[in-house]
Parts: sequence; structure tokens; C-alpha cells
Amino acid sequence: MFRRLPEAESRPVIPFTFEGRPAEGRAGDSVAAAVLALGELACRETAISRTPRGPYCLMGVCFDCLMEIDGVPNRQACMVPLAPGMRVARQRGPRQPWP
Amino acid sequence: MTLPARDSYDLVVVGAGPAGMGAVAECAGQGISLLWVDEQPSPGGQIHRGLAAPLSALAGAYQRGLALLSAARAAQAEYLPGATVWQIEPGASLGVSVGGASRLVAARRVILATGALERPMPIPGWTLPGVMTVGGAQTLLKAQGLVPSGRVVLVGTGPLLWLFAAQMLAVGARPALILDTTPAGNARRALRHLPGFLASPYLARGLGLLRRVRRAVPVRRGEHPAIRPRPAGGLLIAWESGEAEADLILLHQGVVPHVHPAQAAGCALAWSEAQACFVPVTDAWGESSIPGIAIAGDGAGIAGAEAAEYGGRIAALQALAALGRIDAATRDARAAPLLAARARWLAGRAFLDALFLPKPAQRQAAPEAIACRCEEVSGAALRQAVRQGATGPNQLKAFLRCGMGPCQGRQCALTVVETIAAERGLSPAAIGPLRARNPIKPVTLAEIAAMPVSEADIAAVLGRR
Repeated sequence: MFRRLPEAESRPVIPFTFEGRPAEGRAGDSVAAAVLALGELACRETAISRTPRGPYCLMGVCFDCLMEIDGVPNRQACMVPLAPGMRVARQRGPRQPWP
Repeated sequence: MTLPARDSYDLVVVGAGPAGMGAVAECAGQGISLLWVDEQPSPGGQIHRGLAAPLSALAGAYQRGLALLSAARAAQAEYLPGATVWQIEPGASLGVSVGGASRLVAARRVILATGALERPMPIPGWTLPGVMTVGGAQTLLKAQGLVPSGRVVLVGTGPLLWLFAAQMLAVGARPALILDTTPAGNARRALRHLPGFLASPYLARGLGLLRRVRRAVPVRRGEHPAIRPRPAGGLLIAWESGEAEADLILLHQGVVPHVHPAQAAGCALAWSEAQACFVPVTDAWGESSIPGIAIAGDGAGIAGAEAAEYGGRIAALQALAALGRIDAATRDARAAPLLAARARWLAGRAFLDALFLPKPAQRQAAPEAIACRCEEVSGAALRQAVRQGATGPNQLKAFLRCGMGPCQGRQCALTVVETIAAERGLSPAAIGPLRARNPIKPVTLAEIAAMPVSEADIAAVLGRR
């Protein structure tokens, strides 16, 4: 659904995990961009109907790209710069209350 | 990432797009304490995303932004990227969050340059994965060099739709289809604004762009598209006279001011009939209804990047005068050419507004479409709540929670107001805006609790000196 232009492909590789699987992004990626670049269009299941939803605005206003990043739920994946070793997972439904 | 270094500043500029860069640039050499915060990781705003390392195919469009950025850097402001303003109080005190820690800062003057967001396009299926905004796709291209691939269908109306199609062509990609939803009759209505447009710098730019895109991409017309998933995977978009399969669908029907920050500060808004959105009330200097708070750029009404830069500079001159750094005569002399330059760009705007304005039925949620993406409220549910007595967007919260999800109404507010207005037979002006309250961005209680406190804060809570 997205391909990276060659001049962006040559940017430094950032390793991370998506849903527990090893993955690679590039320097300058937001988490949402890195996930979309993997061909994953859905980043979460919604809080109400639990249906798949993907990033929508990519500029921090729609809150549709909420993901669990390094164990912290409800993070705006389009606003979080990808960092080496990040653990990125889909947000499934609403954030669970603390035990 | 660092927090603001001080507790108080002469001026705080929020946003680093053209208006924010212009405002900061104008303050160079004035000796004020200046905090410049921006939510994005690098300056430029949405128009100049990826300004630090532009793609070669798009580099030409960044020249003006690069020049402006170096002028802004010369002001030696305390620049904080990745900084979210989650609270603005009329005082004016701002809650600023950076990297999970927060601080309150006081400002003698504030310039809000928080720009625009895309107008909601509440058609059936707009919440499906694989459907996103044209602006979002443009961000991925500019900042990450990611180009939409497969069968890409662009749907909607407005200059950005055509610009992005041209940018896809420039990097060797090609939309499969453009579905132009511009209402029939807009061209006729726009005609009376044509003289202003012809005299503005928009003309040459726009015509060349349209020609390039129309030569390379099939264009169909339809005013009420609907999207559904295909059982075999992918998406199907259908309109009055046709349908098309797609891997990625990009929606756009114009941009509107991002008014949440201004609203949180208590600034008055007014309904703009020409742009069909709420716009903060400002004077020629950008001053809002709240003393000390100015609004510059598209956040004060959509006028485009060039006008935004001038607006930022003009608001900064007024701030410098209010701070006693320049006298009124100096302010007026420096502002005169800026006001004239801005007027040239504004002259072309009425034509573009009229030409690309979605019609009311395209701005309201169809019964079967989602109106509020966060709380998953349909157009049908919205209309039923109105029949049950919800009079406006703020009452509606109690019925359906529209505007109470994580986006705080940024995506649904206009849809909700216009749908209620239509259902009640009133104008959106009579219904009024959805109220935005502090905090205007989610912030954890832990982060608020961990903010540094002064002796005065403790005394205020304990109720003794």
C-alpha cells in the first residue's frame, strides 16, 4: 500500500518489533509510518465495536492511530518518533485499568 | 527533549509552521524572552514537513520554508520540538508536555499558530483501514518518503487533492483515479470572485498543476461516494454513476482552522459562511477576544501558507509593541508592506473558497455513515438524539458522547454542528460550536502530579500563607 522512495530507503535502519515480530523502519519514521510501511493498514481495534481501524490524519488530531508502545497503551503512534528496540503492538479495545 | 527552561516568558509562540516561523523571525534582535513550542519533531508545519531533509523531487517547494526557518533561527528563541500544549488559560499560563513531563509557564503574550486540520468527510466507510486523508498521505511522503502504491483512489475536492496528485506524479507514482466530489454549481457561484483570484499569485500555480494531473490521471465526478470492504480484500468505492476497486483511498474536502487551543483559552469564535467553519474572532493584528492572546495563520481562518507567514509577522509586531520593545509608529511602518503582501494572497481566497466548498449534504453525516469516529456514532443516531431533544453539540455529549472521545471533537465537531443545524432547521451559527476544555490534549494525572510546585502553589492549596 506504500513503498519507500529509494532516497528514503537509504536512511539508517531502525529495528523494532511489531506484535512481537522483528521489523525495520527508517530514521525519521513515526511509529505509525513505520507500521504502515510494513503493509499493516490497521493499527488497533476500536474501543466501542472492536473493529479494525488504521491511522487517518498522521498529524496528531484524529487519535485513530492509538497503539501500545513499549507497554504503554493509548499512545498516538503518528506523534511518537520510532526508536531502536521499540516494542509496538496494536491497541485492542480501550486501555485496561491498572490492576 | 527538554522542558521549558524558565517559569515565565515575554512571548510564547505555539506552532512552527509558516505563521509560527514568521512570528519568531520578526522577533529577531528584540531582546525578549521567547519560548517557541511545536508538537512536531521538526519545524516547518504540515506544509513544510520534512524540511530538515526534503526529498529531491519536492525540494523546489521547500525553498521559501528554508529561508523562513533560517530567519526564525536567527531570533534565538528557546525552541522546543515535540512539545504538546495541553492547557491554555486566559492568564496566560500554558501547560507544556515534553517527553512525558510537564511544566506550567506564564506568558505576557501568546501567539497561537496552530494551523489547520482537514475538514471531516463523513461518508460511509471512511473509518475502514486503508482509508486515510490526503493530508496524511502527504505527510508520509514528505517526512518518510512513503508513496501510496497499488490502486490509489483520491476522493474529494480542494487544492490539496490536486497538489498531492501532482506530487505523486513528481515522484513517479500515479493515482488510479480521482473522484472529484466538487458540487455542480460551485464554479458558477465562484465566478463573481474571479477578478480577485486573477490578480492573486494563485492563478499560475493552480492552472499548471491541474493540467499536469488531468493529463495523467482519469477523473470521474460524483458527489456522494460510499466505501465498503471487498470480501476478497481491498476496498470498493461506489458513487452515483460508477464504482472502482482500490487498495488505498485518500479523502479530502478542504481544511478548517484548528480552533481547540484558541477555544481552550476562551477566545470567541464566529461562524464563517464562506468557509463553513468556526473561526476565532480576530482583528487585523490577529488579536483575539482575550487580551494578550493572538492567533496567526490558518488557525485564524484558512488563507494559505504565504498569508500565514505574513500573519505571524504582523502578530509579532503587535506583541513587540505591547511589550514596549517598539513604538506604534515603528510597528505600523514595519507592518505596512506585510499587510499589503497578505492582502494580495487573501484576494484570491474567496474564489478558492467558493469553488471548492463542499455542499451541506457533504458536510453532514449520512444516516449510515459514522459521524464521530472515536465513539462510533452514526448519522442516524445523531439525528435521533436531536429528535429526542439534544439542541446542540454540548447537550449531545450527554446523549451520545460525541466529542468526548480521545480526539475531543476535533474530527466530529463540525459534522455534529452542521447535522444538528440541518435537523433543527437552524444555521450552524445559531447552534454554536462544541466547547473545547482544558486539557486539550490527553495528559496523565501522574504527569500533572509530578509537575514542579512553588511555595505559592502549596500555600494556595493549603489555604494559608
